[in-house]
Amino acid sequence: MIYLDNSATTKPYNEVLASFVKVAENYYGNPSSLHGVGAEAEKLLMQARKQAAELLDILPQEVVFTGGGSEGNNLAIKGVALKHKHRGNHIITTSVEHPSVSEACEQLKEHGFEITYLPVNHDGMIELEDVKNAIKDTTILVSMIHVNNEIGAIQPIRLVGEFLKIYPKILFHVDHVQGIGKVPLSFKDLGIDLCTISAHKFNGLKGTGILYVRSGIQLSPLISGGEQEMQFRSGTENVAGVVAMTKALRITLENKERTIEKLEAIKCALIEGLLTNPVISINTPTLNSAPHIINFSIGGLKAEVFVHLLEEYGIIVSTTSACSSKKKMPSKTLLAMNKGEALANSAIRISLSGDNQLEEVPSIVKSINEATEKLGRVMR
Amino acid sequence: MQYDRILIRFGEISTKGRNRKKFIEKLKRNIDFKLADFKDIMIETTRDRIYIVLNGEDSEEISNRLQTIFGIHSFSLAVKTSSAIEEIKAAALFAFKELDYVGKTFKVTAKRVDKLFPFDTNEINYQVGSHILTNVADLKVDVHHPMINVRVEVRSDATYITCKDIYGPGGLPVGTSGKSMLMLSGGLDSPVAGYFAMKRGLEIEAVHFYSPPYTNERSKQKVLDLTEVLTKFGPDIKLHIVPFTEIQEVIQKQVPENYSLISTRRMMLRITDEIRKKQRALAITTGESLGQVASQTMESMYAINEVTNTPIIRPLITMDKPEIIDVAKNINTHDISIRPFEDCCTIFSPAAPKTRPKREKVEFYESFVDFEALINKAVDQTEMIKISQQKHNQEIDELF
Repeated sequence: MIYLDNSATTKPYNEVLASFVKVAENYYGNPSSLHGVGAEAEKLLMQARKQAAELLDILPQEVVFTGGGSEGNNLAIKGVALKHKHRGNHIITTSVEHPSVSEACEQLKEHGFEITYLPVNHDGMIELEDVKNAIKDTTILVSMIHVNNEIGAIQPIRLVGEFLKIYPKILFHVDHVQGIGKVPLSFKDLGIDLCTISAHKFNGLKGTGILYVRSGIQLSPLISGGEQEMQFRSGTENVAGVVAMTKALRITLENKERTIEKLEAIKCALIEGLLTNPVISINTPTLNSAPHIINFSIGGLKAEVFVHLLEEYGIIVSTTSACSSKKKMPSKTLLAMNKGEALANSAIRISLSGDNQLEEVPSIVKSINEATEKLGRVMR
Repeated sequence: MQYDRILIRFGEISTKGRNRKKFIEKLKRNIDFKLADFKDIMIETTRDRIYIVLNGEDSEEISNRLQTIFGIHSFSLAVKTSSAIEEIKAAALFAFKELDYVGKTFKVTAKRVDKLFPFDTNEINYQVGSHILTNVADLKVDVHHPMINVRVEVRSDATYITCKDIYGPGGLPVGTSGKSMLMLSGGLDSPVAGYFAMKRGLEIEAVHFYSPPYTNERSKQKVLDLTEVLTKFGPDIKLHIVPFTEIQEVIQKQVPENYSLISTRRMMLRITDEIRKKQRALAITTGESLGQVASQTMESMYAINEVTNTPIIRPLITMDKPEIIDVAKNINTHDISIRPFEDCCTIFSPAAPKTRPKREKVEFYESFVDFEALINKAVDQTEMIKISQQKHNQEIDELF
């Protein structure tokens, strides 16, 4: 099997699983308990926070451990909205966000918030001009995806961050879930106030993530209770998950450069191979796209059938994003990019990880070619 | 072109006359220790400077570390070039452009150590200055109060150009003043006292009094963490953890409540002094600040200090609490110190301790117990942990 759905989730590193098991087994104390067993667990939590902070070049008190990417995005957006609603009720985001951002925004709409969805160009990128024009006196938050989960387009975070520095009261949230370890991003330098990452996208375990909350930023918690995580996120901490995540983060970031280089090479070879197939058109932009995502449309053929067919060849890909693929909707991102209904309905996403090999490319291309041919014969 | 070396200036060491060499040697060794993981650098010592030849290593990280090494007054990132005027001009322009220079004023200060150099200082100033002026737009010269001073030091072997100065922490190299035992409680004051002691060149070993079950693992962890922070400013630190429960319980039973605090302090000092003898240190450092708490009134200190004539160094004695807190924040001990756990000083603390205790009285109350034996037992059972900045618990580290 060749697994090419790493943007949906990655396979945990063996070392990460080993850490999880060991912590869950030996350090099961509640970090908030007074006794020694609790103290041991708390110590692990502190070390994890310190290590995560060092790896991300932020401060330990800026690391908020969450239950993953969706929670991080919800906490950032709703947390800012509820805490700062006296300042204004306007939020700017883009039309190519992950549902955990767009749906959170839609939910806020019901509570009187006004949402501006920035359009994207044919490459899936927003324009700085549009951000400038969207800003109002009531704007409190700009929330933007870094690397688009469907097509891999990289948004101009630096430009937006630099620009927003003249508006200290508008907070800037970045959904970095797909970017971490693949497209480097400096939280501190780019004026980012909040940033979401999720462990299972970098070979950690599901159910853990980090929200970077810049020192001094106030948020309304989504979960109230025992005031854990600087009161931003109550609930007994998932110590084993958090330790496993920091280990995955370390391994990922230590190997970042080598991985990126490898992914670029595989991506290049794959695109080159796919372009030889006349029914395939590549949706991922050539410039400003992440090294691990290749999105292509298969000329009006049914994407879902293609995914199943390809699985018979032992190759695992997905239709657009995993989170919305069960709804059988055309790709929202491709529609926003004005690619048209037909292409949006037949979009396939290949997403790579460091586990993939350049040597796999010929057989992947061959299988895809055979599958499109077979499917074309049957469907027409 | 890039920064080629860092030029380190000494503070007070320069006044040390015949002992100077020893101080410089120690400083060099401390720098060696702190920069050990930069394999490619070379450290050179001269009479009045230390140079770090970078050989391509990260100048930013190195300069961060230099800011924690006592004995360094200031340092500059320098570009080295040959002593030929055209080379000097080019290098000066490079160094200048590395700075945030827009809208600033500048001047050039040449120093001609090599008297055979064909131009005198005025001519060097003029030539280098005009070269920078013609190559950088919107720049003004101000010879009296320049915002940027481009220093050109012409020596016979090479010329050094520096314009970015960074202050070091000052003080004396750790280890040049001998060794002192630091009584480390886990509160705000004692780590700051340790920091100041190290600043005056003392090497420290920490002593912590541990009273399980009254104080717990977390309070011990605080002290481990505080000690680790202090290792940033010097070498590895030995931490002695003294089992203190029994003595505290005996005092509680034997000494009247209003004198129990004084007696506790006397016992702590006696134990620390015993450990000091074993460790061949010559002083004891404490975080006492005059009048801060009952045990730190002049009368109390007089009664407590009676048990030893070892020099007691009290760096904070005249400092106000906000000043101490500021330093604690700067050296990153504050957030650890304020973790809310009991320590041996907060348990059993009497409701109304004597602020003007009498020596004779405390001696009388203590005379009914053989404290000597209890002290020896505590010293024998003291656990020693060596704390270094990088070393952690290996079993735990593997989890990360």
